[in-house]
Amino acid sequence: MQKNLKKYFPVFVLPALIAFLISFLIPFLMGIYLSFTEFTTVSDARWTGFSNYIRAFTGNSDFLNALIFTAKFTVVSVISINLLAFILALTLTRKLKGTNIFRTIFFMPNLIGGIVLGYIWQLIINGVLLRFGVDITFDAKYGFWGLVILMNWQMIGYMMVIYIAGIQNLPADITEAARIDGASDSQILTRITLPLLMPSVTICTFLTLTNSFKLFDQNLALTGGAPGKETQMLALDIYNTFYGRVGYEGTGQAKAVIFFILAAIIAGTQLLITKRREFEQ
Amino acid sequence: MTQKKSPLFLYIILTVTAILFIFPVIIILVNSFKSQFYISDQPFRLPDADTFVKFENYINGIRKTDFLRAFFYSLIITVFSVAGILFFTSMTAWYITRYKSRTSALLYYMFVFSMIVPFQMVMFTMSKMANILHLDNPVGIIIIYIGFGSGLSVFMFSGFIKSIPLEIEEAAVIDGCTPIRIFFSVIMPILRPTAVTIAILNTMWIWNDYLLPYLVIGNKYRTIPIAVQYLQGGYGSRDMGALMAMLVLSVIPIIIFYTALQKHIIEGIVSGAVKG
Repeated sequence: MQKNLKKYFPVFVLPALIAFLISFLIPFLMGIYLSFTEFTTVSDARWTGFSNYIRAFTGNSDFLNALIFTAKFTVVSVISINLLAFILALTLTRKLKGTNIFRTIFFMPNLIGGIVLGYIWQLIINGVLLRFGVDITFDAKYGFWGLVILMNWQMIGYMMVIYIAGIQNLPADITEAARIDGASDSQILTRITLPLLMPSVTICTFLTLTNSFKLFDQNLALTGGAPGKETQMLALDIYNTFYGRVGYEGTGQAKAVIFFILAAIIAGTQLLITKRREFEQ
Repeated sequence: MTQKKSPLFLYIILTVTAILFIFPVIIILVNSFKSQFYISDQPFRLPDADTFVKFENYINGIRKTDFLRAFFYSLIITVFSVAGILFFTSMTAWYITRYKSRTSALLYYMFVFSMIVPFQMVMFTMSKMANILHLDNPVGIIIIYIGFGSGLSVFMFSGFIKSIPLEIEEAAVIDGCTPIRIFFSVIMPILRPTAVTIAILNTMWIWNDYLLPYLVIGNKYRTIPIAVQYLQGGYGSRDMGALMAMLVLSVIPIIIFYTALQKHIIEGIVSGAVKG
């Protein structure tokens, strides 16, 4: 089998590999190189060492502001989405009739694209704020909470179905036994259900974490960063640095590398937690 | 199970929540039939004799954004990219899982690695690359999508292939099958459930994707998300009526797709999340 397979490399691997090289690997390596250069079209790159990285933080405060805004948004979203999704999942697994219909409805927003979601919520939030004579671009806190509401609407149903799957896989005999021993509902929840659900909690936490952290479309459509650049998240700031004005492509690429490193740290942490749990079991 | 709260109470809470979830979609539907000047000012009011404009917004919007063309581009790009991803990445995944070598291991880790890299990291260089190689058209972008989709897809296919017992393939080898025959007539049918999951995940991503097609083909060809964003235009000049109508038209295909394949979609996305 092994020897037989060897000469089939071009047939099986090459097509996907070529596409992968063109769209990902070569652009990725070029991106790392270009972050240390000054360029406008790739071919005119000139080595400048770490100056792009320094400029990302010192040129203006946009990147740092975006980092802080993204961090705050991510923390609030992760907590609210998971809390609400978990409560809904608990409710829908209580052996009520007709819960499938609710599950279907709650999950639906997850399938709608970010740009469309952004404009839907822009209309609604502006409609509410109009009563107070302002709109979403009036103050950064409106944009912030607008994004949080949008993100909750989009992701609660998604996280909810993961929690439901987790809850349905719990061994029923353990909770039955606890109940016979006289454990209360809240004791069962905090001492049995939650600890056994930790794998689902890890998955959901990191899914909401990476999705919130990398948010772009929703941010672009809902506020576009307004007022000023106050509601600009990292991905949008990188985009604007690249395409907003000529001469900052190097800085944009350096910001993108930092963005990548942060995303890699998040993914690495998740891997570590998951592996450690597998090891313990 | 003992239940302290009565089911009726729970049903009321659930129904209210469900209404909150559907409400935004209803709002854009209602507003899409109102004259564009009555939308931003009074989004929560139903159309009346003065504000009802029938399908005018839809006609305007379709004309302004060339929506039917955008729909066609979105459809073609999504269908062929997903088909390409399924076909090529399943072959790659099978090869690098079954043929043990340093290259195979390296390739596997490279594909997995690509999953954690945010799009912004490669967007500039990738769109330049697409430009140089003349992939900046609706056919070329399919190759870009196959490349971008290969990370998650190879990872998920490999995970599943590892669980297929080798004996099945060894029996086929003894029968004199070539690797190509083995893959297409023995392995591919077994891969079906995973392929459905991978197809759904990639369909949702590519259909809704905005930035990649905008950067690669956005100058000349508009997919649905690009068409919606295009309508935004400059502040003040935007036609709210057309925007509402286009939002509704973007959501309809998704709702049809979801209603038809609901069970597969939820299961697929859950298992994709758990494995990925």
